[in-house]
Amino acid sequence: MTQRRQDILHGLRDGLPIALGYFAVSFSLGIIAAKAGLSAQQGFLCSFFTRASAGEYGTYTLIGAQAAYVEIIVMCLVVNLRYMLMSAALSQKIAPGTPGYHRLLMACCVTDEIFGISIAHPGYTPPAYTYSAALISTIFWATGCALGITAGCLLPQHIVTALSLSLYGMFLAIIIPPARYNRNVLYALIAGFILSGLCAVAPVVSQWSSGMRTVVLTIIISSVAAWLKPIKLKDNGAA
Amino acid sequence: MEQHRILIYILLAIVVTNLIRVTPMVLIKGQIHNRFIRSFLYYVPYVTLAVMTFPDMVLATPTPLPGIIALIAGMVAAWFRLGLLPVAALCCIIAYLLI
Repeated sequence: MTQRRQDILHGLRDGLPIALGYFAVSFSLGIIAAKAGLSAQQGFLCSFFTRASAGEYGTYTLIGAQAAYVEIIVMCLVVNLRYMLMSAALSQKIAPGTPGYHRLLMACCVTDEIFGISIAHPGYTPPAYTYSAALISTIFWATGCALGITAGCLLPQHIVTALSLSLYGMFLAIIIPPARYNRNVLYALIAGFILSGLCAVAPVVSQWSSGMRTVVLTIIISSVAAWLKPIKLKDNGAA
Repeated sequence: MEQHRILIYILLAIVVTNLIRVTPMVLIKGQIHNRFIRSFLYYVPYVTLAVMTFPDMVLATPTPLPGIIALIAGMVAAWFRLGLLPVAALCCIIAYLLI
C-alpha cells in the first residue's frame, strides 16, 4: 500500500467518529437554522463551506434577527478567531517543501476536531490525512444540518438539548487524553476551566460573548503557559 | 425574509470564516524558530477547547446539574481514552436521562 493510500485510510478511520459526532451536533444546529428561515439547501451550503459550530450558531442567530451584514462579519471574525491561532499552529506541522496549495487547503480544513487530530498526528501531518478526515466529517456535518432543518421540528426539545452536548463531549475527548501524560497541558486546562467559569459570572466580563471570552482567555492563558512552561523544541514538527 | 439576503449572509460567513483560516498559512512560511511563539501555539488548541467547554456545557442544559454530571462523566471517559464518539455519546445519554 502506498503511503498516500495509508494516509487516506487513517484519515477516514479517525474522521469517521468525528463525522458521527458532527452529525448529531449539526442536526441541532439545523434546528436553529430552520428558525432563522434557511432552507435545507442553504443550510447544507453554509455548513459545507464554513464548518464552524460556534460561528454558524452565531450566523443563524443573526440571520434570524435580520442583523446588519457588518454584524455577521464582526461576529464571524471574533467567534472564529481561534481558527487563526489553530491555523498558525498547524502551519508548523506541515513538512517543509509542501506546495503552497496544500498549505491553503489544509488551512481551510481547520475545525476544532480536524485540527485536533491533525496536530495529534505523529511527526509532520500529511495533507491526504487531513483532507480525508475533513471530507468525511464535512459531508456528515452538512447533511446533518440539512436534515436538522427539515426534520428537527419533529424531535422533542429534551432530545435536542441532549444532542447539543455531543459537541462538548468531543472537545473533552480531544483535550483530556494529552493532559494525562503532559502536566503542563493539564495545568493549562485547569486554568482555562477556572478562568472561563469566573469570566462567565464576573461583572463586565460576563457581558462578553462566549466567542470574545474564548479569544481573550486563549491568548492570555496560552501566553502565560508559554512563558512559564516553554516546550522543548524539536525539528520534526511534533512540538 | 428575501432569499437573496439570506444568501448574502451565508456568503459573508463563508468568506470571513475561511479567510481567517487561510491568512496565517499565507503569512507564516516554513518553521517558526521562536520558542515562545512555538510554545504559545502548542497550548492554544487545548486552552481554546477548554474555555469553550466550560461553563458552556453546564449552561446548555435547562438546569446546571445534568450538564455538570455529563461534564464529569465525559472527562473521566476521555481520561481513559474512550475516543471521540463514545465520549460524545456518553454525554448525550447522561443529559437525556437527567433532563
